[in-house]
Amino acid sequence: MSSKTINIKLKVWRQKDATTKGKFENYELSEISTASSFLEMMDVLNEKLVGEGNEPVAFDHDCREGICGMCSLFVNGHAHGPDTLVTTCQLHMRKFKDDETITIEPWRAGGFPVIKDLMVDRNAFEKIMQAGGFVSVSTGGVPDANAIPIPKKDSDEAMDAASCIGCGACVATCKNSSAMLFVSAKVSQLALLPQGKLEASRRAKNMVAVMDELGFGNCSNTGACEMECPKGISLAHIARLNREFLVATIKE
Amino acid sequence: MTKLNSKIPEGLLKDKWSNYKAHQNLVNPSNKRKLDIIVVGTGLAGGAAAASLAELGFKVKNFCYQDSPRRAHSIAAQGGINAAKNYPNDGDTVYRLFYDTIKGGDYRSRESNVYRLAEVSNDIIDQATAQGVPFAREYSGLLDNRSFGGALVSRTFYARGQTGQQLLLGAYSALSRQIGLGNVTMYNRTELMDIVIVDGKARGIVTRNLITGEIESHFAHAVVLGTGGYVNAYFLSTNAMGSNGSASWKAYKKGAFFANPSFVQIHPTAIPQHGEFQSKLTLMSESLRNDGRIWVPKNLEDAKAIREGKKKATDIPEDQRDFYLERRYPAFGNLVPRDVAARAAKERTDAGYGIENNPAGEGVYLDFKYAIERLGKNVIEERYGNLFQMYEKITDDNPYITPMKIFPALHYAMGGTWVDYELQTTIPGLFSIGEANFSDHGANRLGASALMQGLADGYFVLPYTIQNYLAYEIGTPRSNPKEVKEFKEAEESVKSYLNKLMGIKGKTSVDTFHKRLGHVMWNNVGMARTEEGLKEAIAEIQQIKKDFWSDLKITGEINAMNVELEKANRVADFIEIGELMARDALNRNESCGGHFRLEYQTDEGEAMRRDDKFMYVAAWEYKGDDQEPELHKEELKYEGIEVKTRNYKSA
Amino acid sequence: MSSFFTSSIGKKFLMSVSGLFLVVFLAVHLTANLFILGGPDAFNQSAHFMGTNPIITLMQPILAFGFLLHIIYSLIIQIKNWKSRPVKYKKVDQSETSTWASRNMIWLGIFVFGFLTVHIINFFYVIKFGEMNMITVNGVEMEDSYKLVAGLFTDFGAISYIYSAVYIISFIALGLHLHHAFWSAFQTLGLSNIAWRKRLSVLGDIYAIIVAAGFTIIPLYFLLF
Repeated sequence: MSSKTINIKLKVWRQKDATTKGKFENYELSEISTASSFLEMMDVLNEKLVGEGNEPVAFDHDCREGICGMCSLFVNGHAHGPDTLVTTCQLHMRKFKDDETITIEPWRAGGFPVIKDLMVDRNAFEKIMQAGGFVSVSTGGVPDANAIPIPKKDSDEAMDAASCIGCGACVATCKNSSAMLFVSAKVSQLALLPQGKLEASRRAKNMVAVMDELGFGNCSNTGACEMECPKGISLAHIARLNREFLVATIKE
Repeated sequence: MTKLNSKIPEGLLKDKWSNYKAHQNLVNPSNKRKLDIIVVGTGLAGGAAAASLAELGFKVKNFCYQDSPRRAHSIAAQGGINAAKNYPNDGDTVYRLFYDTIKGGDYRSRESNVYRLAEVSNDIIDQATAQGVPFAREYSGLLDNRSFGGALVSRTFYARGQTGQQLLLGAYSALSRQIGLGNVTMYNRTELMDIVIVDGKARGIVTRNLITGEIESHFAHAVVLGTGGYVNAYFLSTNAMGSNGSASWKAYKKGAFFANPSFVQIHPTAIPQHGEFQSKLTLMSESLRNDGRIWVPKNLEDAKAIREGKKKATDIPEDQRDFYLERRYPAFGNLVPRDVAARAAKERTDAGYGIENNPAGEGVYLDFKYAIERLGKNVIEERYGNLFQMYEKITDDNPYITPMKIFPALHYAMGGTWVDYELQTTIPGLFSIGEANFSDHGANRLGASALMQGLADGYFVLPYTIQNYLAYEIGTPRSNPKEVKEFKEAEESVKSYLNKLMGIKGKTSVDTFHKRLGHVMWNNVGMARTEEGLKEAIAEIQQIKKDFWSDLKITGEINAMNVELEKANRVADFIEIGELMARDALNRNESCGGHFRLEYQTDEGEAMRRDDKFMYVAAWEYKGDDQEPELHKEELKYEGIEVKTRNYKSA
Repeated sequence: MSSFFTSSIGKKFLMSVSGLFLVVFLAVHLTANLFILGGPDAFNQSAHFMGTNPIITLMQPILAFGFLLHIIYSLIIQIKNWKSRPVKYKKVDQSETSTWASRNMIWLGIFVFGFLTVHIINFFYVIKFGEMNMITVNGVEMEDSYKLVAGLFTDFGAISYIYSAVYIISFIALGLHLHHAFWSAFQTLGLSNIAWRKRLSVLGDIYAIIVAAGFTIIPLYFLLF
């Protein structure tokens, strides 16, 4: 774990609350260990700000191991920063050079309004999930887990889709702020499994309807979402969503 | 002297739960609509409970501090979930799962609760599968199992290294469905500030809206805490940054007893600390110990040279490596239980053999060289590829070439709010589920049992037992908290508490206090505890508390989003929890499971339990800020299992 | 069904179906055009066939409709997309995460549309409604389309060179448009997965190159020979 220290310049979006206009503030930090995670660097910045009597930068974070999906920074033009298959909390300072200027912005999308500084409101994802991101089964009275065999291939592909952490990097990075990758991950996971198959069309239709209402743009298949997705969710799931949606329409 | 009634049902161990269900009170469907239940927390326990209760017809209000119920820290559990399905035909039974759990917990858990846990374990797997949880499968299309520590059978179901995530998302999807149907009202980014008691019963909570800072009251006929564990008292742990013990602590201060606070689990394989600004420790799955060999150099000079960067692990010849687990525990080797492996690592680093370049030299090697030689790189990659990749992202070291560096880290709280068989606390109408309660894991939790317990409580236990209480509440009308004196008083007291925190206007940040506390906890209330060290800890923690309340600095405003204020509220409670933990550890003059008192060990350095004196649950009652808490003992009786000493040296 | 065409996926369905229709049209158009390499008679016969064949005549209004649908929906979709990010990023770097063409489909489309307008005025309008020289090939009297084409690329000196350049650039733009569009259309119709994505992308690229190169050959043929 060879580590050295670097000095960095930060350009950070500051915004008091949802209704106040925001702007970029410049900060400088010295002797940041390259073994630190990006958010630990932000902790150092905040300790410094508090020490100076200023308000720390608000940003979402929780598990700091890349699974809760809470962290959400747009760093130097990339959702979750310039590394692949990581969330911001897994991004490390060794990815940056000495004296580098790092621009940190919140997710920008109509569907994700800023709450404060770098923190955004992702409630739109909740509403989409509530519209159909489930199998309509209640607790109890279900068959034995081995009653329905599921081909390993389907189960594995469902798992690929299910690894979505709902962070919103797909929306943040999409030039159209489209939420298709997020929606497709859930639709695809459940459409692949016999338990979810029964209501697959209905689910696709209901989730897309809510997605369309909430200010997300249209998918134009650029594939940037897949590349920035910390879990590498494939565009193939979007194709499956499209298929389910068309089937839903035909069935009507 | 004891006020504790654990309400264990009559009958044989295996009949207790059926008997309970057959005779308990239930609420009829039309009355369920008239009853409100508050569930705090949205993890496996809280999320599953909120969804299940709403499905039954109750009106549920669910709270979490994150921006979505899906972020609860259950999501980070990697390995798997146990169940007594016996799909592999290797001889598993409900009794065997019960037995392993009691034994793994070093005979400090309540027998009847654990048996019930084992009984409902199979239902959890069925439920999750029906929800679309993509458990790992064989080519036959049937579910796959893996083995975990502390068991002779393969009973662990898993979804890659993300089992917790998948199970949580299953519960979250059920919860989302109920929110969409209007049966659950969800309050995101909302933190519990106090529990409101009216006429001796829990009747609601006071919360703070984390975006606006607004203080609000919520009424309910019963309150359920599924708020997780408190090991962030150590500052560095594998828990999420926001994980906190405040809900349990506020409940404690309102009269809910706190049980076995000193029982915390230290997981042996986390990535070591790298520096002063480190915020959290990342776990490397227990499964790695199947193929990795743990060692440190035999010579102090070599260890020093490695720490100073003058030598690399690969420079140490074979005969100069000390595979200390294999040396000390020939029968189990690298696969000893978590508490044993963690202590052994500490013993070596304390003796100066640590290899990591951090302040305390805390780190040992987990080496895959031998497994790669034996099985080939491909096999190792297939088994652990994702973990190796995660390790490399964090440390920039390639574990295929150089051994991993690992060290124990705080992971889980076995202790928690005391509950009876119905999961009800000592406050009527206040329930505690999942990691937040104490009941099932005793002094040490086995791998893959946390997910089992959280979901058992949420899906299959609480939705029954809470009705035995609510059946008597159908005559209680919904009340508007604005018109209830107790709610108004609670709101005022929360406001004045927050004002007090904001008003200190000292010089030191919250994190500084938290780190100071963590340091004391790690050194004195960690893997090796002594009477002297614990007394010292209590004194130091009291000093930290004093300094905190006179020198804390919080910037920002009280009536707006204020991250520092949120942290201060949690750390204020951690300081007090830390003191109670030390007190409990001091009281328990024995070693058991994760609680290791240096005074109580065998000649070979193993834990020495003292069943004659300490076969009880230590439940602490709050007596006031300046008073010592009162200890209540729930004696543990084992009828279905013979109490033995754990032995990992020979089979 | 009514909600289908107002949904995001429904609108894109129309984009992809009309797009694939235009892909087929391009293939037919290119085939007819390449007869020019066979000399004036071959080309004139091909043009005459296209101009008089009843199926082709029938297809003309459908083709026009296809173009309109594709263009109108592209604008509807694009405007919504622009609106869906009210506050822009200060710094965006997508150089490695998506292709330039995929991010600029609207501009490539607008460029091609501009060319299409000029093209219609120069050829389609003149052939349909303008004064054309007549010629007799194999005993059949027909319009001398070859002369019209050759004239545009050669008869106006510098302007012809500029016209040729615009023509070539437009078809490179069309090729880039197709580079993304081909696979994308199948993806939107749900006719793609991990394996087919690669196959369709390769097929799309081959097609895009054939179209761009095929049409580019025509001005080059006149300029060089």
